[in-house]
Amino acid sequence: MIHFDNVSKRYPGGHTGLSHVNLRIDADEMVFLTGHSGAGKSTLLKLIGLLERSSAGQVHVNGRNLTRLKNRQIPYHRREVGMIFQDHRLLFDRTVFDNVALPLVVSGLGHKEIGRRVRAALDKVGLLHKERAAPVTLSGGEQQRVGIARAVVSKPPLVLADEPTGNLDPELSQEIMDLFSDFNRVGVTLLIASHDIALIRGMNKRILTLSNGALVADSKTETVDVT
Amino acid sequence: MSRKPRIIFPVHIWLQRHAQVALSCLGRLSRNALSSLMSCAVIGIALALPVGLHVMLHNLQQVSGSWESGASISVFLKQKVSEEQAASLAEKLRKHQRIQEVQLITRSDALQEFQRQSGFADALQALDYNPLPNLLFIQPKTDFTTAEKAQQLVQELRLLPEADIVQLDLQWVRRLQAITIIAQRAVVVLTALLSMAVLLIVGNTIRLEIQNRRTEIEITKLIGATNAFIRRPFLYTGFWYGLFGGLIAWSLVALAISLLSGPVATLAQLYQSSFDLSNLDATTALILLGGSSLLGLLGSWMAVGRHLSAIQPS
Repeated sequence: MIHFDNVSKRYPGGHTGLSHVNLRIDADEMVFLTGHSGAGKSTLLKLIGLLERSSAGQVHVNGRNLTRLKNRQIPYHRREVGMIFQDHRLLFDRTVFDNVALPLVVSGLGHKEIGRRVRAALDKVGLLHKERAAPVTLSGGEQQRVGIARAVVSKPPLVLADEPTGNLDPELSQEIMDLFSDFNRVGVTLLIASHDIALIRGMNKRILTLSNGALVADSKTETVDVT
Repeated sequence: MSRKPRIIFPVHIWLQRHAQVALSCLGRLSRNALSSLMSCAVIGIALALPVGLHVMLHNLQQVSGSWESGASISVFLKQKVSEEQAASLAEKLRKHQRIQEVQLITRSDALQEFQRQSGFADALQALDYNPLPNLLFIQPKTDFTTAEKAQQLVQELRLLPEADIVQLDLQWVRRLQAITIIAQRAVVVLTALLSMAVLLIVGNTIRLEIQNRRTEIEITKLIGATNAFIRRPFLYTGFWYGLFGGLIAWSLVALAISLLSGPVATLAQLYQSSFDLSNLDATTALILLGGSSLLGLLGSWMAVGRHLSAIQPS
């Protein structure tokens, strides 16, 4: 599903985001990405969602070589990658329903199909009764669940989450993680960045550790690979 | 390396999306009614100026057109032609098929009038003969009043042995027409300038709108919106601005004309004319609305092209 081949990312000004990362994540995997702030977790996710492009190396996602993808093809790539953010990134001038419907509207689905799929996604995150509510009236956990519903509503094969539980208490965080596990069980590949070590250890899944832009540990292979 | 083909959606969904976007943009404008109205009013006033001038010119042309058809011909007879000969010539011409009316102004009548009006009475007394010619004032029949046909009649009259100078009294109408043509050019220049102003107004309004909705643009780009999708609401907003600006311009012109029509009718009556100030005709109104919508669309296109690509999600 995801394949990094000697990928580096340097920002203008000399700051290094990632250096020589080699990585393979298979379909149906649920993987956690951890490391201190600035270790390169967000950079790695951004490269997969094509929010940024790598400075060197090849990134393959879902059979696509992102390095060669033209700018005008980026939207079609992003439709296959659900993205979840710490700050939810909801549109506050629209209802919960409209927020979740956005990816489907963007890909041009019909009215009825949108209604059906949005309700299914809201039902999954337990917010069906709030579809007419404005996002500001929801709690932080609920807002995050709206963000999750939006990320999965178009049934993307891959979902990325950048610190999805960053602002939530442990109980709510666990709920969110269980939700992710459910998605993984139905075949969604997940890559979740989090620095909440205790939480992700308890999930018993593959953990990748980044440090200063380099991949220093992979629980799957148990090899420490400092380049 | 499979590149997924772009999915093509049925036409009715495409239309449904466009209608949705158009209406939601309208809704957004109505939610900020006051500021939207002000933007539209600026566009409306800018457009009302050239359109109003155009309508006034159009009216002026109609008036001068009816004056032209009232063209009369002055035939100054030779000195040696006596008043009796002139009278019989007038009688003869009255039977001419192209002539409606002939008025004879004899040289003695003319002299008397000249003495009365010019103040040269004493000087004229000193002359031992009347220097003025007999004059036939000819009104062509209505079928022959166009400039071209009247000119033919003038040529025919010039062949008369008694005729000295034959003059078609169109000079001042021609001058008015020349001035009208200059004014028309001025309207064209003004239209071009103010259209550019409208482009800039819409462009600037849309630029602000893009800035206000920066987060929304970022988020929609994040979830895979194409540039066309993001552009669409702004283009529709520009279109609505243009259309409503055009409607405001139309009503402003209509209001101005209706305010003027009363006094103009009174003035026309004083000139024994039933001239009625005509308002914007349907074709011009359609051109105005179509043109203003197009200007709105173009203005937003320019702004969107320049500012949208600068916004990238991070």
